[in-house]
Amino acid sequence: MSVDIYKINPEFRDIMPKDIIDLEDNATWGVEKRGISDLTDKKELLEEHSLCAGCPESAALRYILTALPKPEDTIIVNSTGCTSLMFPHIALHTVHSLFGNQNAVASGIKRALEWRFPDKVKDVVVLAGDGATIDIGLDYTLQSFFRQEKITTICFDNEVYANTGGQESGSTPKGQVFKMAPKGKVFDKVRMWELAVTSGCQYSVKLTASAPKSVAKVVREAIFIARELGPTYIHLYTPCILEIGLSASEGLWEMKEQDKDRFVSFKYVSDEAAAYLKELKKIRSSIMSRDTSMAKDSIKIRMPALGGQGAVTAAHIAATAADTEGYYAVSNPFFGAEKRMAPSESYTRLATVPIFDRGGSYIS
Amino acid sequence: MANLGPAYYAPYPVATYDGLLTPPEGKALLLTDIVDEEVAMREVARVMLTSENATIFPGPQVLYAWSDEAKKKATLIKEMSEVLNAKMIPMYDYRPKYPKIDPEVEINPNHPNLTIWHNNIKAAIFIGVHCHYANVALKIVRAETDCYTVGMCALSGHEDAMATIRDQHSEDLARFIEIAKEVKQELGK
Repeated sequence: MSVDIYKINPEFRDIMPKDIIDLEDNATWGVEKRGISDLTDKKELLEEHSLCAGCPESAALRYILTALPKPEDTIIVNSTGCTSLMFPHIALHTVHSLFGNQNAVASGIKRALEWRFPDKVKDVVVLAGDGATIDIGLDYTLQSFFRQEKITTICFDNEVYANTGGQESGSTPKGQVFKMAPKGKVFDKVRMWELAVTSGCQYSVKLTASAPKSVAKVVREAIFIARELGPTYIHLYTPCILEIGLSASEGLWEMKEQDKDRFVSFKYVSDEAAAYLKELKKIRSSIMSRDTSMAKDSIKIRMPALGGQGAVTAAHIAATAADTEGYYAVSNPFFGAEKRMAPSESYTRLATVPIFDRGGSYIS
Repeated sequence: MANLGPAYYAPYPVATYDGLLTPPEGKALLLTDIVDEEVAMREVARVMLTSENATIFPGPQVLYAWSDEAKKKATLIKEMSEVLNAKMIPMYDYRPKYPKIDPEVEINPNHPNLTIWHNNIKAAIFIGVHCHYANVALKIVRAETDCYTVGMCALSGHEDAMATIRDQHSEDLARFIEIAKEVKQELGK
């Protein structure tokens, strides 16, 4: 039944707008093999949003959405903040909880679903900012870890209360000055990813959203572990470019910088979880990772751009030229969720053999 | 009063404040009166057949094939639109649309008046819309327009509609279609 709620009754197909028909015909619901390359053409993955142009959080959410193993059986619990502005725009079950309560609400939902659908896998994922996860909701977050609730908690850490004008949060680094914190933060950043480990999480990872495939891989692993073993935690750096004075195009570079600094990779996997992942990889290797290896007789071209129409046209010209010369060619653009002046990419694949890959090319 | 709008915005729930509640089981609400279901069905059919740009707004509960009952209702609603000579505009999504909806092809519960105004709809049936969004939409429509609204509800009805028929399942819709056919013949439409 869960997938059927997106199937349009044939009597109404002629009056439904194309967007909704596309959602039925072209969405990844019920498709086992989903991934980052779906970002370019799948309707359900946050086509629009109301965040600031270039906001890394919007990109991070899209990566997460592509990584959900069973979106039609997933419930996202979120909390007030910038993240909550995106949820009205996605075609997924979401629950907006009171600020900070998200892990308590998620615990209840998970238990109810286990009782209601004992034969089905239902994933519950908490998605909230650092204020909700680490400051005001810390009690609920940690208590859910202590209780070994089988939920995945993802913290979008932008290191500030951005939605309310720039107050410092527990996650703000020491000394950082914000508009509403003029004296600078006086104590160190709370190391939540370590607290998660000591509080009983089976899996705790700290990373930035600079590498889409890494984010997607971590999310999948966390969800698979949470299904079977217990709580998992992902601490994801998604900087607020406005509050730290960056332009729309600089979010990605900020995350790349922090990959080497405050957000240098941290990954804890319990022995039990590691063994489980190993076993899972054997059984379901096709689900855990998408094969994006390059065919021998092909060339992949990736063109990063700002705004992007130039790169789109260039990719199109390259593909058309190759096609005219008798080669196989595919070109497609990748736009972020932002409306304008955002980083974008265009991809061209040229080959002497038929091309079956679509979407972004991240391995060159 | 649950009479024809526009009632304009009020700081209180207008129909409830004026003492109007949803009809008891087996009955229907026609403006301010509790009447037999069949009486209401005949009047709804008459209004739909005689009003300008009569339209049916099917909601998600009937638009999507999520249950056998929804599939049956879809077939019946299609037939209903043909019998009533009514257009259909779907309320497929409750999320607010930015920058604005396309009132030609959709209705949204957050600003349903835009669709009513744009298409100059004088009578409309809401069916398959979840209770809370039907309540919101009907209040806004009544506040802003002179559209005669009908709530065909599978549960207990909507006091903000000008006519509300409750507990409408597929067999009741089939009955309504038969009544509508009779009324159509009487009106010579």
